[in-house]
Amino acid sequence: MKFTLMLNGEQRDFDCEPTRRLLDLLRGDAGLTGVKEGCGQGECGACSILLGDRLVNSCMVAVGQVADRPITTIEGYSRTTRFAVLRDAFGKAGAVQCGFCTPGMIMACEALLRQNNRPRAPEIRLALAGNLCRCTGYNMIVDAVETAAREGKGLW
Amino acid sequence: MANSISQAVERVDNRAKASGQTRYLADIPREGVLHGRFFRSDRARARILDISLPPVPADCRVLSCGDVPGLNVVSFLVDDWPVFAGKMVEHVGEPILLVVGPDVEVLADVVAGITVAYEDLPPVLTIDDSRCTPQAGFDFTTGDPKAAFAAADRIISGEYKTGSQEHVYLEPQGMLAIPRQDGITLQGSMQCPFFVRRAVHRVLGLPLEKVQVVQTPTGGAFGGKEDYPSVLACQAAVAATVTGSPVLLVLERDEDIQVTCKRHPSRILVRTAHDSAGRPTAMDVDITLDGGAYTGLSPVVLQRAMFVAGGVYNIENIRCRGRVLATNTVVAGAFRGFGGPQGIFAVEMHMDQVARELGISPLEYKRTHLVRTGDQTATGGRYHSRVVIDQIADRLEKLSGFEEKFKTLGRRPGEPGVTDQEAPLRGIGQALVLHGAGFTGSAERDVIRSTVKLERDDAGRVTILVSNVEMGQGLQTTMRKIVARVLDLTLDEIDFPDPDTDRVPDSGPTVASRSIMIVGKLVERAAEDLKRRRDEPGTISAVQHYRQPSHIQWDNETLTGDAYPDYSWGGVAVQVAIDPLTGVVTTEKVWAVHDVGTPIDEMIVQGQVEGGILQGLGWASLEVLEFEEGRLRQGTLTDYTIPTAFDAPPIVSELMDNPSAVGPFGAKGAGEVTFVGVPAAFASAVGHALGVPVTELPIRPEHVLDLLEGLL
Ligand code: FES
Ligand code: FES
Repeated sequence: MKFTLMLNGEQRDFDCEPTRRLLDLLRGDAGLTGVKEGCGQGECGACSILLGDRLVNSCMVAVGQVADRPITTIEGYSRTTRFAVLRDAFGKAGAVQCGFCTPGMIMACEALLRQNNRPRAPEIRLALAGNLCRCTGYNMIVDAVETAAREGKGLW
Repeated sequence: MANSISQAVERVDNRAKASGQTRYLADIPREGVLHGRFFRSDRARARILDISLPPVPADCRVLSCGDVPGLNVVSFLVDDWPVFAGKMVEHVGEPILLVVGPDVEVLADVVAGITVAYEDLPPVLTIDDSRCTPQAGFDFTTGDPKAAFAAADRIISGEYKTGSQEHVYLEPQGMLAIPRQDGITLQGSMQCPFFVRRAVHRVLGLPLEKVQVVQTPTGGAFGGKEDYPSVLACQAAVAATVTGSPVLLVLERDEDIQVTCKRHPSRILVRTAHDSAGRPTAMDVDITLDGGAYTGLSPVVLQRAMFVAGGVYNIENIRCRGRVLATNTVVAGAFRGFGGPQGIFAVEMHMDQVARELGISPLEYKRTHLVRTGDQTATGGRYHSRVVIDQIADRLEKLSGFEEKFKTLGRRPGEPGVTDQEAPLRGIGQALVLHGAGFTGSAERDVIRSTVKLERDDAGRVTILVSNVEMGQGLQTTMRKIVARVLDLTLDEIDFPDPDTDRVPDSGPTVASRSIMIVGKLVERAAEDLKRRRDEPGTISAVQHYRQPSHIQWDNETLTGDAYPDYSWGGVAVQVAIDPLTGVVTTEKVWAVHDVGTPIDEMIVQGQVEGGILQGLGWASLEVLEFEEGRLRQGTLTDYTIPTAFDAPPIVSELMDNPSAVGPFGAKGAGEVTFVGVPAAFASAVGHALGVPVTELPIRPEHVLDLLEGLL
């Protein structure tokens, strides 16, 4: 089946089964390997993307379910000023270690900040609870989000 | 911090990782690779009677032990671990066949069509089974424990148990094997490229130099990518050799959880002798570890568990016996702390018990008996470097207010029923720990024999050539900082390619908190060499080999002497609140004080502290791995839960300023010491809150409720 997806601000055509996992289409056909597969079961959040404003695990949705909504992956998001603020905040806070969770984590941060541009720590923890990180212990990531919200004042 | 090298910098890999540009193994685009799916045993122990295959498409191939060109064994310490099962299977999940081909879905169909006829044999499932056979055993004695026990005023005994743990590195294990005209190349997520090279060389029967191993950016490891990558590399290498095509094996998460190595479950008996003042005069420790089906690295894990007998206490007479028993379960292997957390858990819980029996605060009791510089180690060596565990304990007490909280929180045994039945029960616990950095005894000199190389080109750029890998711990940044500091360069004037065994010398594996202290020191010396020769034109290189400090003495037969080149130290306190209705334990706060020598980067060390603490809390509470008839009950991330952002408590952390003579700029190992004491401190806090000793990990809500019930 043919699909036209709005992917990182561009219209792109794909031909696949509507049941194909969005994650496989993104990583395979579209070559967007910043979207990671950590579990394939909706448990780790490494495959997080934005569907419109909503954070979703791309391993849990089928291509046929998303055709009408814009998709943002880390590749698209990393071209924005907001990303630069988050990236620098992650760097300053020491929120990146092995990095495998990081792209998904950053997408989760963006989804949170879109809804709430001055989140308090418990709100940040709740928003990130679907994204596993085994390296950092999370506190440094929470710090990074607070820093980004402060330094990126007006951006969100 | 006194030393400015400690000042945090932005990690060199931050940008590429944050933007998703870092390419891990599964991200590298490639054409024409074959994928693989395993057919694995669903029996804990059985003889294979017959294998029947469905029709296999022409572009697929089914591989078994008969296809292994060399030895059908994955090289660790003992040759007992087959690449593919032969006549027997020894654990659920053991690979029998590997199906490779271009289309993953077709592979899954082929695997689904395979049938194997087994003759089931009675499995040995736990170390409590008397039929267990040993994989390793050691015994050492320091001083005269017999005499000390005979003369004791009081003898206190306890039994302590810990459970299994899965690493859950976020990137699942993966390996690519590419056949070449004259050899083979392996690329993958790993800690130890030269371990992988040796394993593949024996399995393919190829000379070592025909096997090239290249590490790809590694998405977490925690010890889990020390041993298992050799298994996966051997399997991929056999498939690539037989088919003549590149073969990519990336484990699915469930498969990764079910088949890769786990932390060793332990059962440890501790007995101490005390004089009339309560002083510990002797400690007898008897350790049993569950090694799973094959030996793997278990003997060395056992040694580490044994060498922390006596903990951080000045106990003159020590006897320690230990054994690893084989069971028909998934193989146990390397995991952050490498036996240390099990040994420390037993010793620390025991010291708590002693203090309880003597009727004094555990921290006060421990502080009275700490080792000092120059004291004897458990194995009869000496603490040669300055020991500041007393200052660590002081700081820990000040930061956490331990003694005050120990008095005000917690229930005391025999205390009349609490009036408010629903009020949370609070408690505080602590642990004081040490962790030897580097390989045991003289292994750095006699077995590992690290060599490092630096190259400087005519433009002044320097390349670091070592076999140690970045796996999240920050090595790309810290190694560069060492070189930059010596040669007065910026970090971007230094290259540090991911290790490729064709290009880098063998500086040893990325394990045992050794990369900075041992390898970093060699890198520092090589950089100093380049500095002395800075006027030499063209491209020059500097090579350094490991030299054991002359004061380190070790006897590998009797296991006596200096077990480690130097030690990192730590103290950790944990405060918990327990819901008496549900038994759920919440960690309210953690305080940690560490001596890791000079931190090469304060923020990177902070990352090890925070990550190690949460992983330790996970092992102590949430992370339950149980076997039922040899099969994991928690075989997915849905059942096996690890801490989330919601579970991370606030952490107050301090570092002591205590430069080591062994490591570069005074640095020591920092990756493991942050983990080892946390489970004990957590258990101690739960015990304090409940007013009864806790002797077993993990502590689940149902255990807490049982303990509470027993109190009413
Ligand atoms: S890969 Fe999608 S949630 Fe883990
Ligand atoms: S940085 Fe490794 S999993 Fe988060």
